[in-house]
Amino acid sequence: MNAAVLQASPETTGSQKIEVKNLNFYYGGFHALKNINLGIPERKVTAFIGPSGCGKSTLLRTFNRMYALYPNQEAQGEIFLDGENVLSSGQDLNRLRAKVGMVFQKPTPFPMSIYDNIAFGVRLYERLSARDMEERIEWALRKAALWEEVKDKLKQSGTSLSGGQQQRLCIARCIAVKPEVLLLDEPASALDPISTGRIEELVHELKSDYTIVIVTHNMQQAARVSDYTAYMYLGEMVEFGITDEVFIKPKKKETEDYITGRFG
Amino acid sequence: MNLYARRLLINRFNLLVSLFAMLFGLFWLGWILFTLFEAGFKALTPELFLHMTPPPGSAGGLLNAIAGSLFMAATGTLLGTPIGIMAGIYLAEFGRRGWLAPVTRFINDILLSAPSIVIGLFIYEAYVVNVRHFSAWAGIMALALIVIPVVIRTTENMLRLVPDSLREAAAALGAPQWKVITFVTVRAAKAGIITGILLAVARISGETAPLLFTALNNQFWSLNMNAPMANLPVVIFQFAMSPYENWQQLAWAGALLITLSVLALNIFARVFFRNKTPVY
Amino acid sequence: MSTVANTIEGLSRGLPDMSTVSRAIPAASLRRQYRLDQLFRHATRGFAFLVLALLIGIIATLILGSLPALKAFGLKFLVNPHWNPVTEEFGALVPIVGTLVTSFIALLIGIPVSFGIALFLTELSPVWLRRPLGTAIELLAAIPSIIYGMWGLFVFAPVFATYVQPALTATLGTIPLVGKLFQGPAIGIGILTAGLILAIMVIPFIASVMRDVFEIVPSVLKESAYALGSTTWEVVWNVVLPYTKVGVVGGVMLGLGRALGETMAVTFVIGNAHRLTSSLMLPGNSIASTLANEFTEAVGDLYFSSLIELGLILFLITFVVLAFSKLLLMRLAKQEGQKT
Repeated sequence: MNAAVLQASPETTGSQKIEVKNLNFYYGGFHALKNINLGIPERKVTAFIGPSGCGKSTLLRTFNRMYALYPNQEAQGEIFLDGENVLSSGQDLNRLRAKVGMVFQKPTPFPMSIYDNIAFGVRLYERLSARDMEERIEWALRKAALWEEVKDKLKQSGTSLSGGQQQRLCIARCIAVKPEVLLLDEPASALDPISTGRIEELVHELKSDYTIVIVTHNMQQAARVSDYTAYMYLGEMVEFGITDEVFIKPKKKETEDYITGRFG
Repeated sequence: MNLYARRLLINRFNLLVSLFAMLFGLFWLGWILFTLFEAGFKALTPELFLHMTPPPGSAGGLLNAIAGSLFMAATGTLLGTPIGIMAGIYLAEFGRRGWLAPVTRFINDILLSAPSIVIGLFIYEAYVVNVRHFSAWAGIMALALIVIPVVIRTTENMLRLVPDSLREAAAALGAPQWKVITFVTVRAAKAGIITGILLAVARISGETAPLLFTALNNQFWSLNMNAPMANLPVVIFQFAMSPYENWQQLAWAGALLITLSVLALNIFARVFFRNKTPVY
Repeated sequence: MSTVANTIEGLSRGLPDMSTVSRAIPAASLRRQYRLDQLFRHATRGFAFLVLALLIGIIATLILGSLPALKAFGLKFLVNPHWNPVTEEFGALVPIVGTLVTSFIALLIGIPVSFGIALFLTELSPVWLRRPLGTAIELLAAIPSIIYGMWGLFVFAPVFATYVQPALTATLGTIPLVGKLFQGPAIGIGILTAGLILAIMVIPFIASVMRDVFEIVPSVLKESAYALGSTTWEVVWNVVLPYTKVGVVGGVMLGLGRALGETMAVTFVIGNAHRLTSSLMLPGNSIASTLANEFTEAVGDLYFSSLIELGLILFLITFVVLAFSKLLLMRLAKQEGQKT
């Protein structure tokens, strides 16, 4: 089913930033992702949707090999980022993660000042003068639409901000290291509707510079925010295509059932 | 009496008994503290801090004992804390697979519950016997052995409370593991770890048994690490069990000093922890 | 962690082509990061090994030190009630019995009282009183044991001898069989006194743990029981206690460990008599008090070695109690399907 429908889907325009080939993923003995084949288009927003447990977060976390932190989690297959297979054993993980940023469901400000939160990632790989660092931090905070709210309190702790602000801080922190891909794992699900709206606006602005993959359990959000949508079910990629087409005229019945709320 | 009335009676009875249990506990606390404060305050004079421990029958103070206790507690903590923190980091951050972590945890529990007199005995056999004299070093080693398990336990527990998403967020930026641990995880658990250290200090301040066969005691002022060093708990033990009244008074004063310090440390640690822990 | 393994592989194959990376990260800094990661990991691992080494060291040292006594007395040491430094005949029966009996008394009194306190703190007490009362009980645990000893000897023992002991002899002492335990002169110090003081010392430990585990019982669980018409006592006895039994057992074991090893409080009031008696009111000895009283005065290799063997026995007793409690906890947790 997968190979026929999805091999480097013909609907995408532009190049593929990430190409997934025959990916299988296991949590111990549990086969969580089954033979995934997928292409993530560059500088577009791709959404992964599907019911709980379908594997969308699992798939997202293979892109920056976050699963490698835990024993008993294993990926087989190939994932090409700009032509390089990130699943190969020669891949340096730290370098990969500097290139592929991630924002989590729950805001995760580090126990440091706002300034240091953002500087932390930058300092890992670059040596900037104090002036340049300030500029970078301001740039990142502006991009995350947080600058105006925190410019006077950069020395305050990151944990002193509200939930929505903390999440934008995490996004700013991600952007500051100038990644090429942004992985967003249900970034707004812990936030109130107004903060959620802000995050969605942000995603829209950011896509001109970054390739974005967003996991969401909120279909309306996927429809609003993404250019391409992948529908997953029980570890399999059921359908992938341009968002409007997937939502209005899905090719598969399972997709249609999910979208119309017949189940899930 | 019907079933319902009986149930109500049993309920009433048991709740009343629990009230008595609470009062029972408070009663002893009150009595002990009252005795301690009464006898201790009577003997609390400035001389305590100005003079050394006297021979029986003469007046004196506890200066050498106080200094010795402070010195040995501080050094013992300094020695034991880094070991405890590093081992605690291993257990929490690297211990998700393999055999070393569960074994170490089990052993740590044993050491934590080990009678402190056995620790003193160990240092005696392993060190004092070989160098042929009692010394402050021996006392410090024994105290450090008591500090280490406490710090390991609290460090591991506090690090485990830090949510994984925080570690992942740091890793997601490409930070190497050692930076994730030292700059983010340990920092997030800082308040808890410091509290653990404070509690360890409070614990060793009151310990007598480990010092009995290691640092022994010293009538005079001495900061020589290779000689017996005066310390409050052993002085109290010696003076309290003696028949001399001035010695007994000094013992109560010393007991009061130790109790006040330990209580202050405990309360401070509690308040500190509550105020400084970030909420995730 | 696979980072290390991967990076090793990467270095041996040559780092992949970096020309497509938007920002060049020098290979040297990646290598240094990897080395530091290795170093850090090995360092923390080393300290964990140190803990292991410590335990082995303690057991080995104690065994070595007890060798003369082990050779001289063998297993008879454990059942010999005679302790005579003059004739150099040493037997551990009296101290062992003393340790076990005082701890038993401590738990016999301590467990019900702690349960009562925990029950009070979680169900009966008004909310504003909970924190101060809880802290007060925890302060009991913070008081150094030597103060318990001094208070026990100078304040409690006389009162106990004057008022309580005669009453006990007159009432409990007359019951057949059990009565023998309570007959004897009212001197105030002895095994019973030591057991009572130990009880007061372990109560805060057991009560705090019980209170902590009672507090995290989900309210929905308790509410379901109330909704059926249960009284408070029935909810606690039938729902809370079974739900928390893993934690409760842990707390009791903690208290037991403390009681077995307690030195100073017991030394002051147990009377230091190497005599096996049938009455709790008479003086006796525990392993810890024997060590505290006699170690610095001991002369002769056999005397020393016997004392060290006592220490070894005490250490083994605590070890066994702890191992047993861990097994028990694992078994209980497995029954519940929880993870300890």
